Amino acid sequence: MNVFSFDNTFEGLLTLVFESYRQKQFPDEILCGEGSQNVLFGATNTIATNVLKAERVWKGIISHSSEENAHRIYRVFLSGLPDTPLLLVNYIRLIIDSPKNEETNFALLVVVEINKLHQKVCSEAHRINGFVRFQKTSEGSYFASFAPLYDVLPLCIPHFHDRYADQSWIIYDLKRNYGFWYDLKNVSRVVFDDLKVNSQNGQLHTSLLAEDEKHFQKMWKQYYQCICIQERRNDKVHRQHLPKRFWKYLPEKGVI
Amino acid sequence: MISESSLEKLKILAGAAKYDVSCASSGTKRNNTNAGIGNATAWGICHSFTEDGRCVSLLKIMLSNHCIYDCAYCINRKSNDIPRTSFTSEEIASLTIEFYRRNYIEGLFLSSGVLRNPDYTMERMVAVAKTLRTEHRYNGYIHLKAIPGASAQLVADAGRWADRLSVNIEIPTENNLKLLAPDKDFKSVFEPMKIISTNILESKEERRNHRNAPLFSPSGQSTQLIIGATDDSDQTILKLASALYSRRDLKRVYYSGYIPVNKYDNRLPMLNTPPLLREHRLYQADWLLRFYGFRSDEIVNAQNPNLDLDLDPKVTYALRNPQMFPVDINTADPLMLLRVPGIGTRSVPLIVMARKHQRLNSSHLQKMGVVMKRARYFITCNELRSQNIQDLKPEIVRQLLLDKKPIGTDDAVQLKLFYPMMPALR
Ligand code: SF4
Repeated sequence: MNVFSFDNTFEGLLTLVFESYRQKQFPDEILCGEGSQNVLFGATNTIATNVLKAERVWKGIISHSSEENAHRIYRVFLSGLPDTPLLLVNYIRLIIDSPKNEETNFALLVVVEINKLHQKVCSEAHRINGFVRFQKTSEGSYFASFAPLYDVLPLCIPHFHDRYADQSWIIYDLKRNYGFWYDLKNVSRVVFDDLKVNSQNGQLHTSLLAEDEKHFQKMWKQYYQCICIQERRNDKVHRQHLPKRFWKYLPEKGVI
Repeated sequence: MISESSLEKLKILAGAAKYDVSCASSGTKRNNTNAGIGNATAWGICHSFTEDGRCVSLLKIMLSNHCIYDCAYCINRKSNDIPRTSFTSEEIASLTIEFYRRNYIEGLFLSSGVLRNPDYTMERMVAVAKTLRTEHRYNGYIHLKAIPGASAQLVADAGRWADRLSVNIEIPTENNLKLLAPDKDFKSVFEPMKIISTNILESKEERRNHRNAPLFSPSGQSTQLIIGATDDSDQTILKLASALYSRRDLKRVYYSGYIPVNKYDNRLPMLNTPPLLREHRLYQADWLLRFYGFRSDEIVNAQNPNLDLDLDPKVTYALRNPQMFPVDINTADPLMLLRVPGIGTRSVPLIVMARKHQRLNSSHLQKMGVVMKRARYFITCNELRSQNIQDLKPEIVRQLLLDKKPIGTDDAVQLKLFYPMMPALR
């Protein structure tokens, strides 16, 4: 049984593919993160991430299928589920080994699995685009934090960058403890050790908020409450579209 | 700055606007220019969902709920004794900006009761849109309701600043409209609609020649029909809708199940609950008109003037036309695949792509999202044939499909399809 481990980065996964072709040894099991040695499996093939090797695999995927497919693979990787790396390696092998482009062969289980997961990641990113709630700080910048199911922030940033070009903002992933900061010029990745955020609702400490912030949260909540048509109340559909896990971060659903 | 009393105003004027059904903003691609604020994305974004399950995408609000008209179906009619108030143009503009910056909304959807006269009202609404675009450099989505009877000039101004305009028809036949809304007639509704569609066409034409020619209501126009307030049949409604799609190039027709807000008015039917199922079937039929290549008379006609509430209109169509089935999955034209119950716009392209790789059987179809429990009676594929509509009779298939469907599940699936996946445009 071939066991591989990698550093849980996308480049790492592509390097793993490169190495398995070179060694003609393909993984039956993939362990994520450094030091994730599992004695049960005995020897583990530990992959050292190499950007150049990763690049070659990326290009290989594009030439055997399409650029969109390479991006699809990246987005599926962001799902971060324990089985994802192995699924992806199998999918990439299918793409590279087939003489034809198999990305649309929906009769194959692995293709269907990849597309299902891709759909899930994209819909989470789409939800985040909608459910992010900025709080205005006393300095006039805007802050949002929450805990997405998958690591989708990188997919959301271009949208926020385009939409909020004239306000400085931070969007922070509380679950993965990192975020992105836009300073009116560039977007950069940030990590805070002493974030003054209530992890129960993603709200910044009141002392950091702009004076009228609570007022607008109240206005929004008021708006939200009075547009519901009681005659048409439908809790099932409501929860289906607005899953409970988001509620605590939304001023309209919470206590202000 | 917005004061505390604005909380009260918001309550009244958002509450007054809520009966305008649905939903999101999409279809416009307005880029963020001059480092201003906002863009309108091609696919609308839902920012929240109300407890009745609708997508909240826009700040949907009335400029004023004062009204000189007396439409029987409307909560804001002049004979109702309700709290009345108005926002100023600046108040609406800054509330929109504050909500937008916090990512609460995709944009603004502004309507109003008729103050003094249609032009006076329309002018104030245009002022909001202009302030947002020029003073706040706002590039987000704006939908303005055109007031029936407003002048051509003001409607044209509105289209310069807005992404979408709409004129609500509300009542599908002129006689019934006059009965329920004595201050309106078809002319007051269809005139502005015509002006809008002419302007849209002209602007498209000009932009073909000059890339920087001004936009005019780039997301087109829409309208709304109230369902169940009058005795108009689904045939009347869908015929009107289909004419609007083809001749006025409307982007959407919305159907709103009548909610009895003025129970005392005996020109209106007594309903305990709004006709939600009928509304839902109309949306399904509308979907068939717009995306599945159906004509309205294939869905409802003189023999069958109303939609079958128990089954989705595509199933009803198939049962009425058994001679067209079964369809061979591995060879059929994509347009014919679209007509098969259980096969949707998502699975057709998958089938067409996948059948180039290999011949498909039912387990493939299932993986591609085909609802086999419905489709099985209408298709053949690469395996031993099972009983289809030719072996069984349509009545039997109908019974089988009715029995198979646990009450409610089908609706939930479809609602999911209609609301969040393709945010309805307003
Ligand atoms: S004109 Fe509009 S606001 Fe006034 S009563 Fe009629 S529907 Fe209501």
